[in-house]
This record gives sequence, structure tokens and C-alpha cells, in this order.
Amino acid sequence: MQANTCLRLHVDIYRAIADRTRRTILDELVDRSGQSLFELCARLIMKHGIHSSRQAISQHLDVLEAAGLIRTRREGRSKLHWFDGAPLKAIGERWPIPADEDTSHSTDEGIEK
Amino acid sequence: MRIHLTGVFVDDQQKALRFYTETLGFRVKHNIPLGEHAWITVVSEEDPEGTELLLEPDGHPAVRPFLTALVEDGIPSASFAVDDIEAEHERLVAKGVRFVQPPTDLGSVICAVFDDSCGNLIQISEEKRQT
Repeated sequence: MQANTCLRLHVDIYRAIADRTRRTILDELVDRSGQSLFELCARLIMKHGIHSSRQAISQHLDVLEAAGLIRTRREGRSKLHWFDGAPLKAIGERWPIPADEDTSHSTDEGIEK
Repeated sequence: MRIHLTGVFVDDQQKALRFYTETLGFRVKHNIPLGEHAWITVVSEEDPEGTELLLEPDGHPAVRPFLTALVEDGIPSASFAVDDIEAEHERLVAKGVRFVQPPTDLGSVICAVFDDSCGNLIQISEEKRQT
């Protein structure tokens, strides 16, 4: 079982968020918590033009879950996914932002496009 | 060539008949007893001569593992068109239908997914009018 093996590995958050598709997955889970793989794939295709296979998205979800950035829960017979931002706090703690610093810089999304 | 019949596998035909008629509002087209099971099809009230939906027993050993895997990932077995998805969502929730995915705006279409209580997830979708 590849997925289970993957979950046991420690994936650091920097690697997890280094991929644009994985960042978009997190964006969509922030938009609505508790999504199935089907809903996520539909959102990625229809809203972002990301035509990755379900298997590929499923593997991205495994990486994000291993990094602690998403949690899964069974609701009825479906497996749903939630965003968990807690691991991101470590970034802010490691490189604290002084309170008076201008924090209005845009993210890297614009540069990459 | 036309698509006149499609189907969903159901764990209990009589329960499914009630759900697809009383809850969803489809009309029975055929209900022909065939020994242990029956040939049951339903059609839309809005299009009684249109495509029939067969409520097929899920007795084949491959069906349940197949449906279990689809449902786990939230993948619907069928998709029905509606004119007003918000109204349908509200109407079905009031009847106790469990939605896995509430109406979700995907650009050209709004989609929702619910549990038919007979083994399937079903998608409903509203195509947005071009403005």
C-alpha cells in the first residue's frame, strides 16, 4: 500500500508547498472544507485548468497529508479532506516578522505565471 | 443512435424506487416483476418520453467493491440536469437527503453531489446561462 507508506514518511512543509498544484489544492480547501477527491479534481480542472489525473491529485493529497497540511475524515462512505494550517506556524516562528514591517508584498504566484 | 436507457446499481430495488420517485420526483415507466427482482425504470416528469433510468440490482460480486471505491473518492454514478440547483438542494435537504458536495460554482456549471441511500452518489448540475 503505497499511500500508507507515504503517510509514515515525514514530508517537510517546504517540499509540500513547493509545488503549484499542491498550493492550489490548499487554496480550494480553504475555499471550502471537507471536499472529496472528485470535487477537488473538478475544481482544479474547471477553475484552474489543471488537468492532472485523479491518481496524480491523490498523490499530491498524500504529500500534503504527510506534511500535516491536510487532514482526512470519513463522512458516510466518502473520504473528505480538510486544510490544516498549523504546520505553517513553524515558518513564522522560525523567521518572525517584525510588527512594524510592511507585509503587503504579494505572494510568488504572480511571478511564476 | 440514441441513448434511451442507462442505469444505476441499487442495493434494494423497492427502497430505490421510493427514493427515485418520492424523494427525487421521477415517474415509474416500467415495473415488471422478474422473479426475485424486477425490471424497474423511471423517467423525468419533465421528459416522460426521454431517457429511462434502470434501477438495477447490485447482486453481481463486482458491483459493491466498484461502488465502494467510487463513493470513497466522491465520484457519482449518474448526473441529472436541474434548472435551479439552489432550489433543488434546499428541497432535497429538507427531505433528509445527505449531500457530499453542496452546490459548487465551477464556472460554466454549478454542481452538487448527494447520496441516493442505495449505494450511489448522484450529481445534479445546472448549466449557467451565457450572459
